[in-house]
Amino acid sequence: MLAFDDIQHILLTRVPALTGRYEFLSFRNAAAGRAWVAAIREKVQSAQQARASVETNKRWVSVAFTWNGLRALGLNVASLATFPEEFRQGMTARAEILGDTGANHPDTWVGGLASPELHAIVILFARDAVERERSRSEHQKLIAQLNGVTVLSSLDLEATPPFDYAHDHFGYRDRLSQPIIEGSGEEPTPGSGAPLKPGEFILGYPDEDGPPANLPQPEILSRNGSYMAYRRLQEHVGAFRDFLRQHGRTPEEQELVAAKLMGRWRSGAPLVLAPDKDDPALGADMQRNNDFNYKEMDPHGYAVPLGSHCRRMNPRDTAANMNRRRMIRRGATYGTHLPDDASEDGVERGIAAFVICASLIRQFEFAQNVWANDKNFHELGNERDPIIGNQDGTLEYKIPKRPIRKKITGLPAFTRARGGAYFFLPGLKALRYLATLGDGRQS
Amino acid sequence: MTDTAQQRDWSRPAATAIPKEGYLKLEQGRYGPLYPRTPACHGFTIIAKVKPGREQAVRDYGKSIEAAVAGDPHCLEVLKLHYLRWVLFEIKGDTYFMYQGIFDTDFDKYTEDAVALFSKTGITTVFVNLEGFPEDWRTNVPAFIKFMRDHQRPSFLEYGEYPWVSADEIKKALRVKAALSDMLDQMQ
Repeated sequence: MLAFDDIQHILLTRVPALTGRYEFLSFRNAAAGRAWVAAIREKVQSAQQARASVETNKRWVSVAFTWNGLRALGLNVASLATFPEEFRQGMTARAEILGDTGANHPDTWVGGLASPELHAIVILFARDAVERERSRSEHQKLIAQLNGVTVLSSLDLEATPPFDYAHDHFGYRDRLSQPIIEGSGEEPTPGSGAPLKPGEFILGYPDEDGPPANLPQPEILSRNGSYMAYRRLQEHVGAFRDFLRQHGRTPEEQELVAAKLMGRWRSGAPLVLAPDKDDPALGADMQRNNDFNYKEMDPHGYAVPLGSHCRRMNPRDTAANMNRRRMIRRGATYGTHLPDDASEDGVERGIAAFVICASLIRQFEFAQNVWANDKNFHELGNERDPIIGNQDGTLEYKIPKRPIRKKITGLPAFTRARGGAYFFLPGLKALRYLATLGDGRQS
Repeated sequence: MTDTAQQRDWSRPAATAIPKEGYLKLEQGRYGPLYPRTPACHGFTIIAKVKPGREQAVRDYGKSIEAAVAGDPHCLEVLKLHYLRWVLFEIKGDTYFMYQGIFDTDFDKYTEDAVALFSKTGITTVFVNLEGFPEDWRTNVPAFIKFMRDHQRPSFLEYGEYPWVSADEIKKALRVKAALSDMLDQMQ
């Protein structure tokens, strides 16, 4: 049985937010940090609370901490040492593994995210801009009362039009393929596989291999918690649209090029099921839009290129141990929408997303390292993920096609990492534990 | 991440001399420095001391792998192997085990996949017969990988007569050859 009343809502629920805001905090002293945790804890909803009030609530709050943040709150050395190595090191130290080199290097990140002074994130999802502003101002008052908590930076979230379905600035429909947790009460859509053991995403529960092991101590701190990899990915919408125009003469051809990069049409319709022509009704139908595999239905990649984003991020039946590599994705878009007929305006826009998993090294880092950035994924030789891989203009992209494949050389970068961090997302009881730490004297 | 910056020429035999530390350039992998892909692909040479009295258990394990592969020829497919060579030898009365594998995934992924494979099949691993192997290997992948890394003896020379070619590519080429030969048969 999952402790719905202890698990932060972001882990188990999607809320109907059209906007929101992330604030990145630094604790100048432990007492102020703990006072902040004690105060913000009152605002953080559990999964149970969020589910019970999803229709009436206007805003939802989550909080998480970096390893430096846990230390700044006064967690003792012995406890700090029980966290896994990759979390202790933090995302910046893992840059090479993640493909954060060149233009994506942490030295170029914004908002102080690469700084060891980054201690916590508070995530606000809000129904509308009025509620966001109200919450922002309330939080500002709280910070002002506490002598020793500073806001390093913040990021306002904006959904992109049209608002009737979730999609990114490139126009790709999102939230189509999410793992389902056993005992969460949710049913997997056809093709999504069986529900996964909770321990793949929530600490303290059995995972696909059995009982959990080597969890951070004390148990109250780790139980019902998880890890979150935050990624702020700028989307170069102008460059993306230029690319489509360069490789497709008609709007239909351009749509096909966009689909071939992703593995789905921008409507969400999977290329495996709709290889030649978009099918928006299929894209919007959750009972059908995830019901496919690759090994039997598209082994050579004639529908979905072997190196496409979908095929790399979820190889389905073409990879081993898939149940140990799944991740929960949350987040939103930021920045203004670039109208279809407008040229690139130089304004930063993109995705500010979280990957939630029980093991950063086994799930998130594996996906970044082996799936997104391995040039030789599926024997492709000289490719990386065309959407989120580290692209420096020297790589290619191959689109299988009879009789002869199409090879695009010098693929440009459509995204750029502008920030990121590893956070620990505690349960509500663990938040109370953190709020009442006694300057490193706790056992 | 394997680096195949340029399409390499399989028709030109190649050799790479590797410095003592085991890599040409320090690149961080998930569990430590990345061991390079060479003209002879990825691979490792693990050498560790066998626990006293366990030599026969190690030999028997060879038989159980033989039986497993005979039963399901694709049971090791996930490891992307070219070859395995297992050797037992003695130094001053102690028995040592050498596990040499040539494969196409990187070192850390191979080890992760191997742990998953052993756990899934319920069979144990030959490593339980080796000194210093972590008792909690089933649930502690990082400890398993650390054991592998601690006992890895990097090559100082690797050579490929048909360099940089993966097992999948070799199989593809052989399938093409078979298909071509079948096609020619049909035209007789």
